[in-house]
Amino acid sequence: MENILSIFVKSIFIENMVFAFFFGMCSFIAVSKSVKTAMGLGVAVIFVMTMTVPINYLLNEYILKPGALSWVNPDYGVTGSTPIDLSFLSFIVFIAVIASFVQLVEMVVEKFAPVLYNQLGIFLPLIAVNCAIMGGSLFMQERDYASLGEATTFALGSGIGWWLAIILMAAIRERLSYSNIPAPLRGAGITFILTGLMGIAFMTFLGIQL
Amino acid sequence: MSEVKEKEPLFSAKNLKLLTNPFSQENPIAVQILGICSALAVTAKLKPAFVMALSVMVVTGFSSMIISLIRKGIPSRIRIIVQLVVVAALVILVDQILKAYVYDVSKQLSVFVGLIITNCIIMGRIEAFALGNKPWPSFLDGIGNGIGYGIVLIILGFFRELLGAGTLWGYRIIPESWYVANGGFYENNALMLLPPMALIGVGLIIWVHRSFNKNLIEKK
Repeated sequence: MENILSIFVKSIFIENMVFAFFFGMCSFIAVSKSVKTAMGLGVAVIFVMTMTVPINYLLNEYILKPGALSWVNPDYGVTGSTPIDLSFLSFIVFIAVIASFVQLVEMVVEKFAPVLYNQLGIFLPLIAVNCAIMGGSLFMQERDYASLGEATTFALGSGIGWWLAIILMAAIRERLSYSNIPAPLRGAGITFILTGLMGIAFMTFLGIQL
Repeated sequence: MSEVKEKEPLFSAKNLKLLTNPFSQENPIAVQILGICSALAVTAKLKPAFVMALSVMVVTGFSSMIISLIRKGIPSRIRIIVQLVVVAALVILVDQILKAYVYDVSKQLSVFVGLIITNCIIMGRIEAFALGNKPWPSFLDGIGNGIGYGIVLIILGFFRELLGAGTLWGYRIIPESWYVANGGFYENNALMLLPPMALIGVGLIIWVHRSFNKNLIEKK
């Protein structure tokens, strides 16, 4: 339980997707112009992340990992006579899961919750190529979480971290439109510098031991 | 599409423009704001930045070409999945090659090789260009954008490694005797190696770039 809490806090603040790894920067810069749209995208990211990482975790655990197929036949295990390692396939499997999940959610939401679709709909296709989602799955694989619960917590935390980052940035940018910025820095330039400064601020969490 | 009948030379003025435009005027990072995700984390050192730039260039070029070849057969409803699968297959190839020949760099790049799949430059160029154009121009457009991306990556990597570690490509540039530890006057700026500095670096590159290209300045 303690471990789960630590993963949760760590993934939101210390290893924040945006400030520590720059995941999802493209949509982060493009959609952070107003708090309302940022909210829509942020919530969609939390949702898709929390759903796809556990699916990919199970796929990784039972199909892709070296020796993962030992449940089919003990010979395929790491110590078996014919060990099978499908981990080179993980990119294609992960992205297929994410893309098809996003497409599926889009169709379901469009059919059953048109109001939600109007708020969220335009962001869903954007999410399939949001690096934060793919990055979540790849980190889950690299860090080798011990249980489904840990992987899910990590996904939820990372999603919330991303949401927090985009909301903060949108709030700043709304104020920023009143300020007098050097012309060449307007728009994208100043947003990058701001993100960098916020990143430095978030680095203060690095010292926290959980 | 009337000029299609006539056979165009491979490097006609129009095609050449497709290749060179993304270097500066339509630079994917500084102007289109695409592909930042994986760009920043790999630029703390010059070598991984260069390897990453090369990998992205190969993937953008060939994915644009392949998608352009099959563009008439893709149903638009599921096109994103098809595109991602093509891109993912290419990235797997790149990943395996990197692991085989430059294992240390591949370890440094860690998950960022996989993230080439979701690099917005690739999807952006496929959606914006390859879906409506013939294979050869699409290939050039992809390679051009890959190079434009690479230029920014290499500039960033150059300054971050030089100022942050005093080396370039792993070779020492700033002499050891300059350092305070050895009785000199110089100290590395460790901030350059930290992630936030990459973002500020891109911001500065955009600033300089737009100061010289006034037409790119955003309207208020």
